[in-house]
Amino acid sequence: MEEKVFSRTRGLTGKPFHYCPGCTHGIIHRLIAETLSEMDILDVTIGVSPVGCTYNNYEYFACDMVQAAHGRAPAVATGIKRVHPDSMVFTYQGDGDLAAIGTAEIVHAAARGEKICTFFVNNAVYGMTSGQMAPTTLLGQKTTTSPLGRSAAVQGYPINVSEMLATLQGAVYIERVAVNSVRNINRAKQAIRKAFKVQQANLGFAMVEILSTCPTNWGKDPVSALKWIDEAMVKQYPLGVFRGQEIEVGD
Amino acid sequence: MSNRVLMKGNEAIAEAAIRAGCRHYFGYPITPQTEIMHYMALRMPEVNGVMVQAESEVAAINMVYGAAAAGARVMTTSSSPGISLKQEGFSYIAGAELPAVVVNIVRAGPGLGGILPAQGDYFQATKGGGHGDYRNVVLAPASVQELYELTVEAFNIADRYRVLTMILGDGTLGQMMEPVLFRDEEPVESFDKSWATTGTQGRREHNTVQSIYIEPDALERLNSNLQAKYRRIAEREVRVETVNCDGAEIILTAFGTCSRICKNVIRQAAEIGIKVGLVRPITLWPFPDQAIAAAAGQPSVKALLDIELNAGQMVEDVRLAVNGTRPVHFHGRTGGNLPTQQEILDKIQVLARS
Repeated sequence: MEEKVFSRTRGLTGKPFHYCPGCTHGIIHRLIAETLSEMDILDVTIGVSPVGCTYNNYEYFACDMVQAAHGRAPAVATGIKRVHPDSMVFTYQGDGDLAAIGTAEIVHAAARGEKICTFFVNNAVYGMTSGQMAPTTLLGQKTTTSPLGRSAAVQGYPINVSEMLATLQGAVYIERVAVNSVRNINRAKQAIRKAFKVQQANLGFAMVEILSTCPTNWGKDPVSALKWIDEAMVKQYPLGVFRGQEIEVGD
Repeated sequence: MSNRVLMKGNEAIAEAAIRAGCRHYFGYPITPQTEIMHYMALRMPEVNGVMVQAESEVAAINMVYGAAAAGARVMTTSSSPGISLKQEGFSYIAGAELPAVVVNIVRAGPGLGGILPAQGDYFQATKGGGHGDYRNVVLAPASVQELYELTVEAFNIADRYRVLTMILGDGTLGQMMEPVLFRDEEPVESFDKSWATTGTQGRREHNTVQSIYIEPDALERLNSNLQAKYRRIAEREVRVETVNCDGAEIILTAFGTCSRICKNVIRQAAEIGIKVGLVRPITLWPFPDQAIAAAAGQPSVKALLDIELNAGQMVEDVRLAVNGTRPVHFHGRTGGNLPTQQEILDKIQVLARS
């Protein structure tokens, strides 16, 4: 007998992704969608799409989706969740969206302890607008707006969003993961699941920061890009749980 | 128990919203409208509603966007500088065709300006403010009773057309107290919201709410649909009050607080033998062109005089409506000052003699 060991999750619509070769957005989409399906919450979930490379992920996720203005996803999610407190609400945001233009919204959604999940995709660069410096761009990293490399003296320092939000009482679960190896991908999925479990238990704000690749704007091939996460990004953005280590979510 | 209650304008707006079925309010404090938030903070919990004090006007309007997308009757309120911050959100609400109610208790500008009443946001309210081709319905009450009635109506209009409906008041209307006669039951209509993002509940395909259309034909289709909707609104939703216009020599045009001053001037002018009429737009968009053109077109009319708390904004729409058939003059005050009856009467006397 043949055994089916893998199939596309019903959490995704099946529309082919438009992402560049080697970009890990697709993996992150799948992990979220699989979690929604496995937890059987797809039908009660409302997602919020950002501005950036994944502006149209409302076409990919099979749940109800609202497309938000740049950086405002946590405010939009607040509005949705306050109307449907029994639903599951998540935002999917990049580093320009969340850590630059949307800094106020993410900080205050976390501080209010909004019962939402945020999936914060950090690839250290603005992807869609072609590789500008992001708040999370590493020191020395060359981008189209820091062509000489990010200099602390000129452009200041990267923002460690997870560490910052972990200081807020309303943010009950904060973890940083990466999707550059099988082991890390499995760990990322556990974190995504825990975030939804936290929301299901009404505990407060949950965020998973996901270190992700951008081979196109990093000027790297896909394999080198995966390695660069370990070699460079993790040094600035260590993986781990910054808040909510003690929360047991069970199966 | 009598339904007649002495209320501040801002409180009447808040109570009206609750009576209209609004259970979600998102705001940020700014004078002279913050009493609305105070009222909501106390009243919303009593009706199992939600009042969220947002971190900014920008966040508040995006919470409105989310709540409207989720199918709720939702409102935010602010005053001029705060309304400027919300304009991006207004444009998204228009593009996503969401129903929402916004109140602007206008204060004097530009910049941080002052906290006293003004009407300097007329252009911003009626001509856009945010980016792209869109319209908001703009209602201009002139009394606390009207603040109540038009706020209820604003929710119906918003839901009827899936548009943002704005109440354009001013600091005087927001702060003054007048008796309000509440209806036993509000004319709250119910609407199909099968488009809303509520979670599919396993009963339908997934819904999306968006204002982005990368394909030019799809975006042009959206724009064509929006313009068709705006034409329907313009045909059906014009509201206007005319006072003493039949056979008048001089026609005043004014909205909101200014119209109240003008009504007193009509009586004073009559005492000195000048027949003065008033056309008061209640909807600033759609604008009552036809009522103004009809009043202006009478053989008795020598001129129109537009009175505003700004440097001349609605007067442009009055001139378009009159279309050159009569001279249209303007008198305005800014900075938070109101025109006196005598100022207006002096202008009328000059026009009536010419």
